[in-house]
Amino acid sequence: MADATRSLTDLFGILGPRRVADAGTAADSSVTNVAEASYPTKAMHKFLANLQASDGPLLLDLGPVVGSNVTFFGEQLGCRLRVEDIAKDIDRHVKDNTIEQLPEFFAKRFKEAPATVDGILCWDILDYLDRPAAQSLATALSKLLKPDGCLLGFFSTANSPEPVYTKYVVVDESTLRYRTYPASRPRQRSLLNGDIIKLFKDLRVTDSFLMKSKVREMLFRKPAPRI
Amino acid sequence: MVNIGKSVVIKGELSGSEDLTIEGHVEGRIDLRENVLTIGPNGKIKAEVFAKSVVVLGEVTGNVTASEKVDIRDNGSVDGDIASPRVAIAEGAHFRGSVDMQRAGQKAQQQGKPNQPPQGQPQHQPGQQPNPQNQHQHQQGQRVGA
Repeated sequence: MADATRSLTDLFGILGPRRVADAGTAADSSVTNVAEASYPTKAMHKFLANLQASDGPLLLDLGPVVGSNVTFFGEQLGCRLRVEDIAKDIDRHVKDNTIEQLPEFFAKRFKEAPATVDGILCWDILDYLDRPAAQSLATALSKLLKPDGCLLGFFSTANSPEPVYTKYVVVDESTLRYRTYPASRPRQRSLLNGDIIKLFKDLRVTDSFLMKSKVREMLFRKPAPRI
Repeated sequence: MVNIGKSVVIKGELSGSEDLTIEGHVEGRIDLRENVLTIGPNGKIKAEVFAKSVVVLGEVTGNVTASEKVDIRDNGSVDGDIASPRVAIAEGAHFRGSVDMQRAGQKAQQQGKPNQPPQGQPQHQPGQQPNPQNQHQHQQGQRVGA
C-alpha cells in the first residue's frame, strides 16, 4: 500500500504541480503575477522529525513571514521562531548598489549566539547569492547551529532568468505550496552538489532528494563534537 | 467590554479585569492577564502588552505576551516579540520580531534549568522598544503574503 502511495506521489511529481490556485497560465509568469502551486516535499518530514526530539527548539526561518508557517511550526514543534528575511537584505543591497558588501554583512547579520539554534529553514535563498556571499551566509548559519542541529536548504537544478523569489508555504509535512513574488535579481548560477557541500563544510549532509519540481532538497546536520 | 475611543491618549500603565478594545493611543504598559485585548483598526500602541488573548487590527510596537492566543489580522501590525502558545498571522498583516510558541510545560522546564537564559524570550526590558540592533537588521517590516 505504501509503495502504491509512493508511486502515485511520483506520478503527481511527473505531472507537475498538484493544483494551481491562481487562474494563471504558463504565459502569465510575469513577475507582477502571483503564481502558486503545490509540490511534494520529502525533506520537511525529516527536518521536523529531527527537531521534535528537542524541547522548545529555536527555529530560524530565512524566508519572509508566512502566517500559516508560523502557526504550523508552532503547533508541530512548540518552538521559538525567529524570521529573518534574507531576501529583503538582498533587495536592499541591490537597490543601494552595495551587493559586493553582502559577504561582510552576512558575517555580522545574526544576533543569536553561536551554537544556540536548533533548526534553520534556509529555503532556496543561497541560489540568489554570488559565491562569496553564499559562503559567508553558509558559514554564519553553520556557526549558529547547535551540535545535532539541522538545516534545510533547497537548491534549484535549473537556471532561471526570471527575477522572482519563491515563498514556501507549508501545507503539511509532505506538501509545500510555492508562491512566487518579485525579486530584485534572478537566481544566480545553479549550485552543484559539490559546491553546496563545500559551502556547508562544517555540516554533514544527511539526506538529499532530487525532486521533479527541479529542486534539490538537502538536509544538513551539525556533527556533535567528539569527546 | 470597555472601549478606549479614537481621541483618547494614555501614557502609563493600563490594567484591569475586563475585556478592552483600544481605538486610541496608548504608551507604556498594558496588563489584562485574564482578559481579551483588541487593538482596533485605529488603535496605536507603544507598550509592553500582557493579556489572555490579543487581537490586533491596528498597530502595536512592543512585546506582546498572551497566555492563550495572539491574532494579527489583515492590516494589523506588530513590531516586537510575541510569546503565546497560539499565534495567527493573517495574509496582509505586518510582523517584525520573533515568535515564542513554547508549550507551557516546555517553558517551565527551561526556566527551571540553571545558567540557561530563556532564548527567544522578549529580549528587552518592559517599557523598552524592540532591540535597536534588531531594528537595524530589519529596515522594513514584513507584510505577510504581499
